Amino acid sequence: MAEEKDGCVKPSKGPIVVAELQPVLDYSSERKEGIKMLARVGKPAPDFELSAYVNGGFQNVRLSDYKGKWIVICFYPGDFTFV
Amino acid sequence: MSAVAVKYAELKALGVEIFAISTDSRFTHKIWQEEELSKMTPGGVPFPMLSDGGGRVGTVYGVYDEDAGVDIRGRFIIDPDFVIRAMEVLTPEVGRNVSELIRQVKAFQHVVATGEVTPSGWQPGKPTLKPGPSLVGKVWEQWKPEMAFE
Repeated sequence: MAEEKDGCVKPSKGPIVVAELQPVLDYSSERKEGIKMLARVGKPAPDFELSAYVNGGFQNVRLSDYKGKWIVICFYPGDFTFV
Repeated sequence: MSAVAVKYAELKALGVEIFAISTDSRFTHKIWQEEELSKMTPGGVPFPMLSDGGGRVGTVYGVYDEDAGVDIRGRFIIDPDFVIRAMEVLTPEVGRNVSELIRQVKAFQHVVATGEVTPSGWQPGKPTLKPGPSLVGKVWEQWKPEMAFE
């Protein structure tokens, strides 16, 4: 099962962007500069890798691994919220 | 979340991969699934629940609320070419409409497959428009606003 893949100490990468956008996402200056919204309709989806709970186990999920399929991503404010 | 889970089979049949993302850790996701979601829907949420600690991905997608420290409700449809086709962002109090999500997926899939365009309120089986010089100024002949609500 996916359980073995979990690395409790292995960080996920977070947003993954092409080189020219890297300054935007330089986390050392993130608080000073602010990260910018990159998502636009009609433009390529910003790639990312995040840790995830999948089928009862833990693993990292990278969005671009699903290129070639229709994808829906749903952000929501938090577990145990009411809506 | 559970509403999407209820319609998961229909979305899966459309070839859609679903990912839920919040700033909660994967461990919190596990307990929410086991303690609550699994009691709302048999088997709970069948798609991956991702952890966006710090809201870094939410920021790039324009849905991170720095004041609250959470990702607000944002839903994105991405096509097989990895292009964002649709986004819908709501403040947290109002939940989304999964039926509208499915309608939009079907409309985008139809548009990609046929090159046609779908007018307001389009549902599968209803008339589409074929863009071209001969349609300019003539949309009124083929489509009436009332059709958006039929």
